[in-house]
Amino acid sequence: MPEIQMREAIRQAMDEEMERDGRVFLLGEEVGEYNGAYKVSKGLLDKYGDKRVRDTPITELGFTGLAVGAASVGLRPIVEWMTFNFALLALDQVVNNAAKMRHMSGGQIKVPMVIRGPNGPAEYLSSQHSQALHSYFVHVPGIKVIAPSTPYDAKGLLKTAIRDDNPVIMAESELAYGWTGEVPEEEYLIPLGKADVKREGADVTLVSFGKPIYMALKAADQLADMGIDAEVLDLRSLRPLDEDAIYASVRKTNRAVVIDEAWPVASMGSHVGWLISKNCFDDLDAPVEMVSSEDVPMPYNHTLELAVQPSVEKIVRAAKRVSYKE
Amino acid sequence: MKDLSKYDPEWLKKALRDMLLIRRFEEKAAQMYGLRKIGGFLHLYNGQEAVAVGSVAAVDLSKDYLLTSYRDHGHALAVGMDPKSIMAELFGKITGCVRGKGGSMHMFDVERHFLGGNGIVGAQIPIATGVAFKQMYDEDGGVTLCYFGDGAIHQGAFHESLNLARIWDLPAIYIVENNHFGMGTATKRVSGVEDFSVKAAGYGLPGHVINGMDFLEVYEGIKKIADETRKSSTACLIDLKTYRYKGHSISDPAKYRTKDELEQYKQQDPIVQLKAQMIEAKLISEDDFKALDDELKTLVQEAVDFADASEEPALHTMYEDVLA
Repeated sequence: MPEIQMREAIRQAMDEEMERDGRVFLLGEEVGEYNGAYKVSKGLLDKYGDKRVRDTPITELGFTGLAVGAASVGLRPIVEWMTFNFALLALDQVVNNAAKMRHMSGGQIKVPMVIRGPNGPAEYLSSQHSQALHSYFVHVPGIKVIAPSTPYDAKGLLKTAIRDDNPVIMAESELAYGWTGEVPEEEYLIPLGKADVKREGADVTLVSFGKPIYMALKAADQLADMGIDAEVLDLRSLRPLDEDAIYASVRKTNRAVVIDEAWPVASMGSHVGWLISKNCFDDLDAPVEMVSSEDVPMPYNHTLELAVQPSVEKIVRAAKRVSYKE
Repeated sequence: MKDLSKYDPEWLKKALRDMLLIRRFEEKAAQMYGLRKIGGFLHLYNGQEAVAVGSVAAVDLSKDYLLTSYRDHGHALAVGMDPKSIMAELFGKITGCVRGKGGSMHMFDVERHFLGGNGIVGAQIPIATGVAFKQMYDEDGGVTLCYFGDGAIHQGAFHESLNLARIWDLPAIYIVENNHFGMGTATKRVSGVEDFSVKAAGYGLPGHVINGMDFLEVYEGIKKIADETRKSSTACLIDLKTYRYKGHSISDPAKYRTKDELEQYKQQDPIVQLKAQMIEAKLISEDDFKALDDELKTLVQEAVDFADASEEPALHTMYEDVLA
């Protein structure tokens, strides 16, 4: 199986779906002539032309809203946000329009669109450009949110998202675009709302999604050396959420650590932690732990910015705490 | 007096009927609000009838689209939606046009290409721009009428949309329904210009001014512009000057304006004007008008009776219409 980068997996998904369906088009800042700020859309302008690959002005609200309108009448736009940090300008169009057109119209309208781009901390970018903002979108009924951690998942999930008749937001990671992984040459789809066990284990469940999955896997290796057999559960889809997979894993291991690189307050991680505490109360041998970013804006200084975020070491410590081995 | 001879008398009668229906419907809605049959916000269209009726008459909704703000009952009636389904929506009933999910601010009828009924000031402008994008993408010859109030024009969404429409040649017709007040704030207190049509130049687009108190002026103006837009696929901005007789919403006593000002506009009432022109042209008589008015009052009462008799939505319907 060929090993490709995350950016190439995402590009393949868009390319294949654009080839399959002439209603699919891509728009965003620098997606065309520049080939994408992170080169995710490389070659698509050359292949599909400027009717279907549209460089936008720097107007996140405007072009996100335009995509909602186009989707409402039958096109299938893919919006690239250069980063989720800029997406806050488009929040009104996501929350009040993309997520509400179907509801407000009493079910007359569907909004088949995808919004994707990098989310979460990168490096040396300070507080306005290094934020994990997925919880903002997960909060809202009427949209779906996915956050892949491997090229395989990214491609399969994105292809499904493009075919979905609802607004789907895909949270990617700037630092993960160069990550490589095996992706089959033949076509495949991954359903939204299905978690994936990335490593099986019996002693503690590490629940996460997106970039921190790799920290969880490294932590699991270190924990194995200490005699703790960790299971790593990759949610992949945040809304809809595969609650059954979470409970099945926790009921097996009786211990849970949730890892979310967002801030700890009112986050995806805190929600999953609450669900486990509520629904697996009788199965838990220890209180649920959460490893999140510190509750502060991101500093520029590298030592500080690393200390703010989840780390392998923090996950190992949390896993040891729930195992009463610290 | 205008020369009505070039218009089909039946077509003129329909226009008069459509405007009068809106007036009677809104009066009844206000009354029902007083009886607490309707809750929340209720933004009435009294005075602005010529805008919706004149512009809808000028386009072809088999291929054209129409989107507006939360002051949407007039547009809903103008596109031909059943007054029963609109009144039932105001009553929050399952027989309402959007199943009791939207109320006054969110009337939709996709079959009639009416995409709301949008509640956030100015947020429908990018949506309408996207609808026009689809028309450009499919080269289907359609245009999109995007209505918003004078309060909305200062939103960033307006600025971003007109620029996108210009650079991508989108057939969008942006219509400021300029009733001179954004809620209780007079336009001149919050705008650097009073003639909004000049703003179009900043995007390289044509701007127009139309008198929104006269049905035929709206019709002729929009028809000409829509034909041009269809041909050129160049968007435009129209400052359509009108006036609302009621407050911003039902709870607003409108103390920020004088009675004289209101009376001045009522002298130019679109329904009174068209009626007078048609009587002058001997197309209708006072008695005909009275009969029409009685018929419409009955129609509106039937809408109330229908809404009253309709069922509340079942609780399980709250989980419907969230995802496709």
